[in-house]
Amino acid sequence: MRLAGRLKKTFGSATTRRSLVSLTTFVVLWELSARLKIPVLGAVPSPAETAACLVQEIFRAEYWRSWGGSLARILIGFAAAQLLGVPLGLFLGWSRRAREVIFPLVEIMRPVPPLAWVPVSVIFWPSAELSMIFVTFLGAFFTVILNIVEGIAAVDERYLRAAASLGAGKSGLFWHVLLPASLPSVLTGMTVGMGITWCVVVAAEMIATDTGLGFLTWRGYVAGEFPLIVVGMLSIGLAGWLSSGLIRRVGLHFAPWLKN
Amino acid sequence: MDALEPVRAADVADGPPEEAIGRLTAEAVGKTYVEQDRSREVLKDLHLTLEAGRVTVVMGPSGCGKSCLINLLAGYEPPTAGRVVLDGRPTAGPGPDRLAVFQETALFPWLTAFENVAYGPKIRKELKGAQLESAVMELLRLVGLEDFRDKYPAQLSGGMQRRAELVRALANRPKVMLLDEPFRGLDAMTRGLMRDVCLTIFRRHRGSSLFVTSELDEGLALADQLAIFTNRPAKVKKLLDVPFERPRTDQLRSSPAYLALKAEALELLHEEAVKSFKTGAIESADFVEAYGALA
Repeated sequence: MRLAGRLKKTFGSATTRRSLVSLTTFVVLWELSARLKIPVLGAVPSPAETAACLVQEIFRAEYWRSWGGSLARILIGFAAAQLLGVPLGLFLGWSRRAREVIFPLVEIMRPVPPLAWVPVSVIFWPSAELSMIFVTFLGAFFTVILNIVEGIAAVDERYLRAAASLGAGKSGLFWHVLLPASLPSVLTGMTVGMGITWCVVVAAEMIATDTGLGFLTWRGYVAGEFPLIVVGMLSIGLAGWLSSGLIRRVGLHFAPWLKN
Repeated sequence: MDALEPVRAADVADGPPEEAIGRLTAEAVGKTYVEQDRSREVLKDLHLTLEAGRVTVVMGPSGCGKSCLINLLAGYEPPTAGRVVLDGRPTAGPGPDRLAVFQETALFPWLTAFENVAYGPKIRKELKGAQLESAVMELLRLVGLEDFRDKYPAQLSGGMQRRAELVRALANRPKVMLLDEPFRGLDAMTRGLMRDVCLTIFRRHRGSSLFVTSELDEGLALADQLAIFTNRPAKVKKLLDVPFERPRTDQLRSSPAYLALKAEALELLHEEAVKSFKTGAIESADFVEAYGALA
């Protein structure tokens, strides 16, 4: 009964209805353009072909290994970026001196697109797997640091003053004010970082490996199985969407005051 | 363990508290900000004493340095001249003995109403467990927020936020409460209600209070003494005694003594407003509008 209630709540809302309308319209237009052989657009496999290919793929172990491969890289790279980036970002935001010493380095490294790191990391790391995880890591690492440092800089002084007046010491100011106040920026950094991570991992998989959703898409292209390309693209889109949603949910769990 | 105690009859009753604490004195205080080669003198040779158990209302032209004075008294900034003395001892830095409430809410958005009020006594480890719970709930009830204990500030109305912030300060039993236009931005009706809340708070509060406002009626409803500030650099132009019993009824407000005091205050405010206007302070335009036309 609870499930029925939830389903009704989800699908009954105006927002959901609008999303469904837009998605349906998109699929219908896509099918039409394939059937009517509209130039350029018509060359894309139709939704029907794509769906048929998707059904086939769903029952193949290799399709799920592609998911597994990409997810593992994302998970390890992203987690490592958070584990190192969050404390480093907080430290840089907290200590002016550390910021002055380390930040110029971050500023120089950050604009280098993670994909430009692929050649170096392939040479540097012993396996293709590690080099891909490394570039995935880089994709999220700088974004997280930057967002936290900016988040801490933007913390309103009146919260710090209030906490100091109420008796908070230096560590109290950090744990009770700077950390919670910068959580929204941490979450933004994670969401943006997750997006970058997917871009990076897919591109890296096309270059350097024979597993993952990026490779699946690439294989579709090489083998001339065009519906498979679209299946790969859709899978990547879905994976990215799911991981962003997960971050949001986990984030709201830890920062419930951001709910409204 | 003296941060919070249950209300006693003596606290609720009008009249001075039995033990006078919180005499805060600004002694020849000056504050000059130096930015590159320009310096701006905001306060000059300012003397003001907040007496224990009494409410001092400060009024003066906009931008004359009232907020600056509050920052100095609260210890957020050091004065460039003179000193601030609390119960005979010079102050240094902020502390729970002098709590300020500003017009913009400083409730922590990541804590619920309850957690905000409990924050001070909790981190200073003065109260915990059931004692903390009952002390905080008692304060929330005092301002009608007991049903909102688990709401975050963003879920409260502007007036509720101000009430929560007032009792968050009160929870620490400060010696001095510094209120910098705490009701600015609230609608007229809420403002009237908040005035009553404030009177309740002042009765509970044993120390001294400073209340900055730009509304003379609000000031006269709350004040034991009214300090009129000069235009910048600010000092006390005149200190007026407001000897009327509270609550100040409509009847009192139409009495000759009250009206005479109000007229005197208006005249002083008007003089300073015009000076401030002539020196070209943009912020003063609305102040002149409010008090220039009346005087």
